[in-house]
Amino acid sequence: MNNMASDNSLKSSRIHCRDSLLILDGPLSIHTIPELQKNLKQTRLDTVTTIDLSGVDYIDSAGVAFLEQLSERTGSAANLQKANEKVQRALETFSSHQNRKPEQSPEPNFFESVGNSVYSFGESALDFLYLTSEIVLWSLYGIFHTGSRRKGSVIQQSFLIGSNAIGIIALLSFVLGLILALQSAAQLRQFGANIYVADLIAISMVREMGPMMTAIIIAGRSGSAFAAEISTMKVTEELDALRMMAINPISYVVVPKFLAITICMPLLVTLSMILGILGGFVIGLTYLDLTFVSYFNETISILTAEDLLVGLSKSIFFAWVIVIIGSYFGFKAQGGAEGVGKVTTSAVVASIFAVIFLDALFSLIYMI
Amino acid sequence: MPNSIIQIRNLITQYGDKRILDQISLDFFENQVTVILGGSGCGKTTLLKSIIGLVSPAAGDVRIFGAPFDAADESHYNSALRRIGVLFQNGALLNSISIAENVAIPLEQHTRLDHDLINQIVMTKLHMVGLDHAAYLLPSELSGGMRKRAALARAIALDPELLFCDEPSAGLDPLTSAALDDLILTLRDQLNMSVVIVTHELASIHRIADRIIFLDQGKILFSGSLTEAKTCQISEVELFFKTGSF
Ligand SMILES: Nc1ncnc2c1ncn2[C@@H]1O[C@H](COP(=O)(O)OP(=O)(O)OP(=O)(O)O)[C@@H](O)[C@H]1O
Ligand SMILES: [Mg+2]
Repeated sequence: MNNMASDNSLKSSRIHCRDSLLILDGPLSIHTIPELQKNLKQTRLDTVTTIDLSGVDYIDSAGVAFLEQLSERTGSAANLQKANEKVQRALETFSSHQNRKPEQSPEPNFFESVGNSVYSFGESALDFLYLTSEIVLWSLYGIFHTGSRRKGSVIQQSFLIGSNAIGIIALLSFVLGLILALQSAAQLRQFGANIYVADLIAISMVREMGPMMTAIIIAGRSGSAFAAEISTMKVTEELDALRMMAINPISYVVVPKFLAITICMPLLVTLSMILGILGGFVIGLTYLDLTFVSYFNETISILTAEDLLVGLSKSIFFAWVIVIIGSYFGFKAQGGAEGVGKVTTSAVVASIFAVIFLDALFSLIYMI
Repeated sequence: MPNSIIQIRNLITQYGDKRILDQISLDFFENQVTVILGGSGCGKTTLLKSIIGLVSPAAGDVRIFGAPFDAADESHYNSALRRIGVLFQNGALLNSISIAENVAIPLEQHTRLDHDLINQIVMTKLHMVGLDHAAYLLPSELSGGMRKRAALARAIALDPELLFCDEPSAGLDPLTSAALDDLILTLRDQLNMSVVIVTHELASIHRIADRIIFLDQGKILFSGSLTEAKTCQISEVELFFKTGSF
């Protein structure tokens, strides 16, 4: 194979120094330069005034960069001499035009960066409020005007959010009920208060655990999906395209999700409550020797309509928080695929945090 | 006759059952700029990808630098890839790092040059494509044409012997496009680079093409020089040049 450049990777080059003359020999390429640089470490360069290139038969951009470095290191920027025509032209093509390295913008100092983050927090809080109000308004509008979204999109979203989550929510709630019952059973038994396990499970599943568990699972499953979908649309300019078709992205993309999750969440939470109670029921029947009838009656008698209302209304707020946070991060995405990944993670973390925080807030409100 | 640097024999590529390239046999020659032409969707990108092994062909051989070029033979494949630069149709820059870092990747991974030298080479390459002022911007902060030029800078970072470009000048203004053409010719003349380009720009074809390959319906309709192409009496090829010029 007669391939000139490939031969260069095999040939080696030499460098030697005679007083003020530095002689280079052989090809100067990406392959030969690391070796040359090593040899050069032992050579004194400050007396060199001329670099002789007559032996150089091939030079690439790495070679040119190397020569520039070399002549910078010599005492008085040395002359390059006896370059053949081809090398001469390469020197011109690949010259790096010194001193035009652009500066990166300076890092802000501590106070600037604190100021910046306070400022940007204020800004994002404002954005968030805008988005929230817009989503709520468009959703109210969307309840009555179904024309502003794709046909069947609410039903499709409901399936995505709801039916695929049924299994995992049912399973986890059942296990949660089981664990709660088991933990308290040991204590209650000491007082012979076995039957109260039914009260404990019923109240905690309906008022706290059901809504919260479901919300956390939905935040992980659907909140991330919302953020990923919307941010992908943002970075691929699909949202801009929608806007240019005179379609409001919020009412087209977000409102179906908002309506769907508003329908799905209470249903999923109800499922979670029932399965949780069932979990407690299993422990009651086996470990605590309660009868089916007594457990059932105790559960019914302790639960009030208010408990149910608290649990379900809470869950709807959780649902809204999940959609709004997911969409907010989705719309905030920047850059390419990388931006999508970032906002998806942030959306999940933020919505789980918000759900727990909101739950604490509700507990406080109901106590007063 | 120049040396052949790529030999393709009876190449068949299909996506599922859909045959895109049908029994193609073709040579690319050293130190030449070869332009691949053809209607949109006729399989030009697929041909490039089959040559470099990103799409595995259903049948046929590809030889590059005189040896079989097969992604299955990893060590040989990788060492040959270091002598090849590829510019993808959509740029394919890494989005999370700056333009300068993108161009530095192959230099850092495949050479033992020191940091200063790499920086200097990166700046040279960016200067060659006219992007010195954008070195520290992220790809998402560039225009479409700038992204393409940055991707070209990355493709030539290692001074490859063989360069593949998929529509380097799509989306560029005529002046920038002409500057890129000059750059490609410079690379051919000074580094003995062989270049395979897909392009539709007639002006560009006139400036750079040493040889033209015309693809149609998975077959090679024509291969030869520009002057031959214009008088080849193949209606599709003549139509292409007639419709495009004004
Ligand atoms: N990943 C894929 N899966 C299935 N079919 C594909 C895939 N990529 C390309 N094709 C099909 O192969 C054909 C050729 O595509 P290719 O991208 O090679 O066209 P092209 O000649 O480069 O077109 P253009 O000039 O528009 O870039 C097209 O019909 C396309 O639909
Ligand atoms: Mg293509």
